Amino acid sequence: MSHRTVIPFGPQHPVLPEPIQLKLVCEGEKIVEVLPNIGYIHRGIEKGGEIKDFQQTLHLIERTCGICSFMHALTYAQGIEELLKLEVPPRAQYLRVAWAELSRIHSHLLWLGLLSDAIGFESLFMQFWKIRETVLDLFELTTGQRVIQSACIIGGVRRDIDVQMAAKIKADLQKVKEELDKMLPVLLEDYSLKTRTVGIGMLSNAQAMSLGAVGPTARASGVRQDLRLLNYLPYDKVGFEPITETAGDSYARALVRTKEAYQSIGMVIKALDLAPKGELSVPVESWPNGEATSRVEQPRGEVFYYIKGNGTRNLERLKIRTPTFANIPTLLVMIPGTTMADLPVIVLSIDPCISCTER
Amino acid sequence: MSKMLPTVLKNLFTKPATRKYPFEKRPNMKNSRGAITFDQTKCDHCGDCERICPAGAIEVLEKEKKINYDPFRCIYCWVCAEHCLQKAIKADEQYHAPAAKKEKEVYNKSGK
Repeated sequence: MSHRTVIPFGPQHPVLPEPIQLKLVCEGEKIVEVLPNIGYIHRGIEKGGEIKDFQQTLHLIERTCGICSFMHALTYAQGIEELLKLEVPPRAQYLRVAWAELSRIHSHLLWLGLLSDAIGFESLFMQFWKIRETVLDLFELTTGQRVIQSACIIGGVRRDIDVQMAAKIKADLQKVKEELDKMLPVLLEDYSLKTRTVGIGMLSNAQAMSLGAVGPTARASGVRQDLRLLNYLPYDKVGFEPITETAGDSYARALVRTKEAYQSIGMVIKALDLAPKGELSVPVESWPNGEATSRVEQPRGEVFYYIKGNGTRNLERLKIRTPTFANIPTLLVMIPGTTMADLPVIVLSIDPCISCTER
Repeated sequence: MSKMLPTVLKNLFTKPATRKYPFEKRPNMKNSRGAITFDQTKCDHCGDCERICPAGAIEVLEKEKKINYDPFRCIYCWVCAEHCLQKAIKADEQYHAPAAKKEKEVYNKSGK
């Protein structure tokens, strides 16, 4: 039995966007076991949601995560709308699709930049984040803020996208698509990237299903699960198809995310074309009473909210289960057997958003 | 290498993508959420903004006709400005300036 050492990876590590600790049990260079340790960024959002008024909690919920901020607000608003029996107007639904898919494009562009940085290709990281600035400017134009948009409220949306804004969005997204067409072959057909990602971090179909993986992590292993198929918003009308790959390695996860980014660009343009004229929100006239669950497809997978109200203006219980929380167990299967040098790229390939995990 | 060569040549001869801040500032977009000020000529001290604020940044003192506003606790969501019935909260597109100390702003009936 050779000598085992325990090396801590994190909580501070240059490749991690947020702090998580993985204790690696190593025999020489090979990792044998992984012990995760979370809790470095816990802020008590679930308890804070019970202290505030249920409409003020919306603004707290948006700040769970900076990248999927709009979708957290969307999930919460959907749950409360189910409890209050509110009917969201059609124009608000299409605008919600447009903003949700812009969030997805933003998230995948950010992740592609982080992947390039993790393999050491810093210039390409800067180029991907340069295109990401175009998407952030679109958010500021339409909602007022770049990162925490506060556009979704209970009952609808807060602001409108008029004809000139829609034309600018289409022109800018066309530029984003052209830049992506130029930059993605540089990344995806690069010999160094392929050596570091093809066949590394394998997650088989059976393992993905038994561990409960969600999002692109599961879809890259052939599990055809995407919550947008449930049509919680009019996704069937904007041309949505789930994207799957069968290889189950880090390269397949990168391919799923790039194809989703392209698909989302098409969906935003189509949603803005199809949005009918009408009002933007319905007023809230009662307080939530009862239990409701709400699920939305975030860029990283399925997010699940459980909301329980008791007839007063404060909620009784708010429970959030974010997609990275469901994807961390897959690390325990992917990592043993690989070397320590492969570890940063594998951890980044599940797209960890630890501030979502620990709310 | 050959795929990156056109990009390399283009980047050699174009100007940088970054702006020379503070000599060149980016103008804010028309609806971007910036700082708020309270117009005391229109305010009737009803306290709606205090009740609706998600961050608890506004304190309305009705008897003394004063408003205590903490710009460093405010999250700039503009919910108060949208719900004020007298339209007494003025919202600007420029963000609040940074400061060296966190101080509250006090709005009196006669003053600002």
